[in-house]
Amino acid sequence: MSAVAMWIVLGATSVLCFSIKLLGHLVPEPWLANDRLQRINALIPISLLSALVVAQGVVVKTHVVIDHRLAGLAVAVAALFAKAPFPVVVVAAAATSALVFHLH
Amino acid sequence: MSNLTRGTVRDSLSVAITVGTYGVAFGAASVAAGFSVVQSCLFSLLTFTGASQFAAVGVVASGGVAASAIAAATMLGTRNALYGIQMAPLLKVKGARRVFAAHITIDESTGVALSQAPRGVAAMREGFWITGTGVFIFWNIFTLLGALGAKALGNPASWGLDAAVPAAFLGLLWPRLQTNFLRGVAVTSMVFAMIVTPWLPAGLPIIATTLVAVVLGWRAR
Repeated sequence: MSAVAMWIVLGATSVLCFSIKLLGHLVPEPWLANDRLQRINALIPISLLSALVVAQGVVVKTHVVIDHRLAGLAVAVAALFAKAPFPVVVVAAAATSALVFHLH
Repeated sequence: MSNLTRGTVRDSLSVAITVGTYGVAFGAASVAAGFSVVQSCLFSLLTFTGASQFAAVGVVASGGVAASAIAAATMLGTRNALYGIQMAPLLKVKGARRVFAAHITIDESTGVALSQAPRGVAAMREGFWITGTGVFIFWNIFTLLGALGAKALGNPASWGLDAAVPAAFLGLLWPRLQTNFLRGVAVTSMVFAMIVTPWLPAGLPIIATTLVAVVLGWRAR
């Protein structure tokens, strides 16, 4: 991605995310109280975060690729099942992935 | 300071410090995606909503176009509008204070405010302001530290940074998976993302998975 495009991502993301926050403080409640909208809105973070795990964990460009990152993710899952705090999950995944990366 | 207030301050600060430290992961992910240290810090100052920030840099890291990155981040940010709707009648602020209140309307400030309900409206307000401001301060400090750290480390794969980012997403996802239905939504979304990956330009599969949310959220259950 070009340097300009990266500034655009930063600028547009910041403006839009703030506008959404402000919108919530300004609009009358009934506008966004639609049941279906609320249900879908509650699921969107789950779908997007799931897709981001896939895109970052097992994808290179447009291919599904199994590599050292998956070992890190497996450890992250184990840590989450063990109710480990967020920083432990991330560091354990990184350490495992780095280890597998260097062993190869 | 009354006992009730002290409890609210304690709750607020413990959430603010804990969540603020996650900023390290964001700063590192942002630099690994190719953003500069300054840009990473601007993300945390100006966008200031964690999941959206991670999404924007995540899409960029996976080779997606700018529009995909912006769309993913914006869609993840829509829940903040729903929080604002709940917080506005509680805070009753105008002008610059309202603008700042909007900026710190995130998962944590809303969550702590709602959790203070048994202590009364004043405690709810206090919880919102202290948590929101606290997360803002710590999140930005730790973003800077993470960005500088990642800059010093060099090759992301060598330090496992390329696995730390999806692990961070998983860590953000995990607490949301409270019911079997929600776990089903997550698994369906992951499978869907993998299936469409070879057929769409990089970054677009992430946006496309919102279809899963729309389809599964369409009908009441």
